[in-house]
Amino acid sequence: MLSRVAESIYWTSRYIERAENVARFIDVNLQLMLDSPDRHDQQWSPLVNTTGDHEDFEKRYGEATQENAIRFLTFDTENPNSILSCLCAARENARSVREIISSEMWLQLNKFFLMVKSAAQNPGELDSLAGFFSEVKLASHLFTGITDATMNHGEAWHFSRLGRKLERADKTSRMLDVKYYILLRSVDDVGTPYDDIQWAALLRSASAFEMYRKRHGRIAPRAVVEFLLLERAFPRAVHYCLLTARDSLHAISGTPLGTFRHPPEKLLGQLCSELSFGSVDDIVDRGLHEYLDELQNKLNQIGGGIFDTFFAMKTPEASKRGPRILAQSMSQSGT
Amino acid sequence: MRFGGYEVGDFFDEMFDERGNARRVAMPLVKNIEALPAGELLSRQQAAERTLLQMGITFNVYGEQAGVEKIFPFDLVPRMVPAAEWNVIEKGLKQRIHALNLFIDDIYHQQRCIKDGVVPKDILYSAKSYREQCVGWNPPRGIWCHITGTDLVRHSDGQVYVLEDNLRCPSGVSYVLENRQVMKSLFPKVFSASKIRPVSNYPLKLRDMLEFLAPDAVSTPRVVLLTPGTYNSAYFEHSFLAQQMGVELVEGRDLVVEDGVVLMRTTQGFERVDVIYRRIDDDFLDPKCFRPDSMLGVPGLMEAYKAGNVALANAPGTGVADDKVVYAYVPRIIKYFLGEDIILPNVPTYICAEEKDLQYVVERIGELVVKAANESGGYGMLVGPHSTQAQQAEFAEKVKANPRNYIAQPTLALSRVPTIVGDHFEGRHVDLRPYILYGKEIFVLPGGLTRVALKKGSLVVNSSQGGGSKDTWVQADSSTAEREEANGHAAQAVMAGGVR
Repeated sequence: MLSRVAESIYWTSRYIERAENVARFIDVNLQLMLDSPDRHDQQWSPLVNTTGDHEDFEKRYGEATQENAIRFLTFDTENPNSILSCLCAARENARSVREIISSEMWLQLNKFFLMVKSAAQNPGELDSLAGFFSEVKLASHLFTGITDATMNHGEAWHFSRLGRKLERADKTSRMLDVKYYILLRSVDDVGTPYDDIQWAALLRSASAFEMYRKRHGRIAPRAVVEFLLLERAFPRAVHYCLLTARDSLHAISGTPLGTFRHPPEKLLGQLCSELSFGSVDDIVDRGLHEYLDELQNKLNQIGGGIFDTFFAMKTPEASKRGPRILAQSMSQSGT
Repeated sequence: MRFGGYEVGDFFDEMFDERGNARRVAMPLVKNIEALPAGELLSRQQAAERTLLQMGITFNVYGEQAGVEKIFPFDLVPRMVPAAEWNVIEKGLKQRIHALNLFIDDIYHQQRCIKDGVVPKDILYSAKSYREQCVGWNPPRGIWCHITGTDLVRHSDGQVYVLEDNLRCPSGVSYVLENRQVMKSLFPKVFSASKIRPVSNYPLKLRDMLEFLAPDAVSTPRVVLLTPGTYNSAYFEHSFLAQQMGVELVEGRDLVVEDGVVLMRTTQGFERVDVIYRRIDDDFLDPKCFRPDSMLGVPGLMEAYKAGNVALANAPGTGVADDKVVYAYVPRIIKYFLGEDIILPNVPTYICAEEKDLQYVVERIGELVVKAANESGGYGMLVGPHSTQAQQAEFAEKVKANPRNYIAQPTLALSRVPTIVGDHFEGRHVDLRPYILYGKEIFVLPGGLTRVALKKGSLVVNSSQGGGSKDTWVQADSSTAEREEANGHAAQAVMAGGVR
């Protein structure tokens, strides 16, 4: 299929997944703040930090408050990763491949976009935003479900799943980071009932609470980290996401699993092995935040490699020289 | 809803004769509509609009915020064309396209028609769409104008005239196909009673025609549709036609030329392209050959084309024949190249470049329709009787300043078709754009886009200026009916079998 088309499909699902996860981010923070016994202990800058867009934020907003952090992440059209911006980008990408995706997918994406747009026009009270965030999550699930149920599971679908799973892996790791930043401020709380509440809120935001309970029962920080990073069966766990991303990548190229033909296959294969054979004790003892940082870096490299291998508008001459790793990029380049 | 109080007025009405009786071709439809329970037609109209909305049958409007999509308004009451009348139209269009193709070929080669004084030389060279770069080129199979949409109108004298030739990138055919889809689901009974000729095999015909243009050495040609992108006003149509034909929809940046061959960038590497149905104007096709600032085109495309490694439809340079001044010479062009009289007449046209005509136009501007030679979409024109004195004076100055750029025609009383207005019918003016494909043979799609001026009294049917559309029902005569039924089934079978 056309490189441009593949790229648009990949980014359509990436942006939708991103919008869903931004909603989850804000949700986890809101939950944590509500459960916080000290109302002065409002922490919104960690949230902005974890999204990676803090420089832009500080330049335009200064000190983070609940109000401006939520506005920045939800409806700010100047922030390319706000929920509204993600939906605009997803829709523009989908519009350029309407003849490839199913009309049901287009219809759902269009409805999703209109819902976010109308919410942006009448933002209302913060209390009512909780409802909005769950609508965003639901609309994203619906789009994913429709994609799975109405589109050939061929090359285009694999690109869509690849984008979604890489995005989700990245965002789940960032969600764990939110907790890390908040822990820093309240180190005394470790091991207290309040700490348990925070971990539970984190699990809920990843829709992981019930599944975690079935697997581990009691809330224990290491077990939570293990569940969100290393679990093979939970669909928002980093390990699960990367295994399915790898399956799609290999389905696209036809390379047998366990071997590689281009850099992203190599990098993703290595990362999957690390997760398969790593243990939570190794990770926490080395430092969770450092580990997550490195993980996000690797995901960016994989994204860059996918761009270079499949999407880059190379000349026939350059392609004979073989692919090279591009600068890391978290957002869509070109268009 | 009934036609009881419907006024035919001083116009030719496509559905009722001057005494208010339904024309023969419209009888089954009129009977069916009048038999509907009260409110049923309106609810069907709403159902049709809903369907079009959900299908996303939209167009973008220039001059408004980028990316604004609008629904092309649709009216349920179709325009009907009797079989005998259609046969004349079809013959006339084939004759016209045949002659225009010979004309274009001559213009870029020997220019016999200029040497023999049929078309004045200066008019040709001042035509904005004449392309010097195309001199001496030989398009595949000798065809320049593969896809044409010719605008027809009917005057109150009952005669059908050719109003305009669109030989560059005529749009609108997607609405013809979608409108028919909607109508078939809403009026299945009338369809079988009225013997309407099918239009649904157009994408297949189009693909056949495009494959016919491929270089000889290619056994299974790769056809693509080249679009300027999602911000183009006709983007929906590009995407729709690509999907219906089962070909890739590409943008300029997807293509690259190497060693005189056009390649497209795919996830599995570069793949060769043999035929391009381009929906980009000549100027933007290739920055190395035409406008150097074009970001939409493909550098080197014209080299590949001249080398015979890729076919383009329509051929670059074709636009010279849809210049509004060249239009005035078409009757003479047909006579010269084919030795025949024109079958479908032109609207009488005053050429402002000619002294005598210019004087007449300036004096009588209030009665005439004045058009800029190189504008389309209803822009750059003045409808005399519907304009103010000030507008007329202003336009007269424009014409005097640049006479070559203008033609004028008498204001036609375009025919009307009953149209739903609120809870009753009123006559609204229409034109008709049939689509013609020139491949192995010349094919005229039996139907076309009927555009309707929805504003009361308005003569401007363009979608950008408050126009809507109607389905066009061409009646089959007994011989075509049987033949097409068989073809239709064959076409359905092929579509169901899956097209790449």
